[in-house]
Amino acid sequence: MTTITVTVNGKSYTRDVEPRTLLVHFLREHLNLTGTHIGCDTSQCGACVVHIDGKSAKSCTVLAVQADGASVTTIEGLAENGTLHPLQEGFWEKHGLQCGFCTPGMIMSAADLLAQNPNPSEEEIRHGLEGNLCRCTGYENIVRAVRYAAEKMRAEQPA
Amino acid sequence: MIPSSFEYHAPTSVAEALSLLQQYGDEAKILAGGHSLLPAMKLRLAAPGVLIDINKIAELRGVVINGNVNIGSMTTWATLEHHDGLRSACGVLPEAVAMIGDIQVRNRGTIGGSLAHADPAADTPAVVLALDGQIRAQGPGGERTIAAGDFFTDMLSTALEPTELITAVILPTLGKGEGAAYVKFPHPASGYAIVGVAAYVKMDGGSVSTCRVAVTGAGPKAVRLTDVEQAVLGGADAAAATANAGAGLDILGDIHAGEEYRRAMVAVYAKRALQKAMERASG
Repeated sequence: MTTITVTVNGKSYTRDVEPRTLLVHFLREHLNLTGTHIGCDTSQCGACVVHIDGKSAKSCTVLAVQADGASVTTIEGLAENGTLHPLQEGFWEKHGLQCGFCTPGMIMSAADLLAQNPNPSEEEIRHGLEGNLCRCTGYENIVRAVRYAAEKMRAEQPA
Repeated sequence: MIPSSFEYHAPTSVAEALSLLQQYGDEAKILAGGHSLLPAMKLRLAAPGVLIDINKIAELRGVVINGNVNIGSMTTWATLEHHDGLRSACGVLPEAVAMIGDIQVRNRGTIGGSLAHADPAADTPAVVLALDGQIRAQGPGGERTIAAGDFFTDMLSTALEPTELITAVILPTLGKGEGAAYVKFPHPASGYAIVGVAAYVKMDGGSVSTCRVAVTGAGPKAVRLTDVEQAVLGGADAAAATANAGAGLDILGDIHAGEEYRRAMVAVYAKRALQKAMERASG
């Protein structure tokens, strides 16, 4: 066992883990943060995307021990004081989900995209979400949801 | 899927990593970005007894452009993709890097890890070969420089010794009269190269004085297309030089693209890469 300390959604956790524990299992099973999903489990689908030190990563392909000392943000960390993050609101308003399984990863990847590019074109959104798969064929509305959030976030951010 | 058990070490210096490698020998694997190794471990295709995680070695990260381009082995794809200096100094690298995997893969994956893994369908081996780059490695006997042409020895195999670690990748800066390009036929799902070709040309007074073309994805390892290079140096244009570019190559077919098709695509993509490189060299 290895002792790790990881800050998740602003809160510090110290836990003993087996080195082979994947970050996604650490989040879901050790911290009970089940918003991060396990889809393909082969680094393709993006359902497990979280932010590690501000950068999106597939948590099924990172060891929990690699997150020792890092700051991790999951879907549970996006809403502030009960107010949905603009991306969460966008997915609600634009019907960006059907079954919802891919949604946490979609939103975390989109959040990384908008942090780097606050005003992405449709093509840039699609390119930015290429690591996330939706099996409900919901991409049209997902793109609309991200555009909605981008506009709202730009409006909230005085130029 | 969960990897089999292993002992985990996270050294903070190259010296410490090398002594761990020596101590554990064949039992140990280096963990760089982990986006080839961890999937293989989850599928139990790899089951190293010891993992040496080199992510905490700060000296292995970063890009220095000073006469040439010196890239620390643990520099991520994302850093290379968005590096402004690199875009003007050696634009073909970020061009190729932007085609790797997806944003999340590029946020974790590293150039050194990818080269050491030597996946036959990886993109950068073709670029490093076409640019005649160098791979710097450190081992118990000190540091040595391996020419790209000597580095890839077979499928998933390199000239690295089991006790060596890649510390840097050295590429040239491209100036006036030089042009390079990477074009790729990606697998539509995985994004890996079914065929990827990198080309470099140097023009001198209207004719090509240096030409290097390398292909990845088609066979067990990335290789130079020396016949194409000779034809270009002999004055052939891109189309004529690449008409038979796939002939005589060791090609691996699979369910996604058969041998004959891949061979045909080598010629198509070699032509496109060469045309683009020549345009850039003349531009």
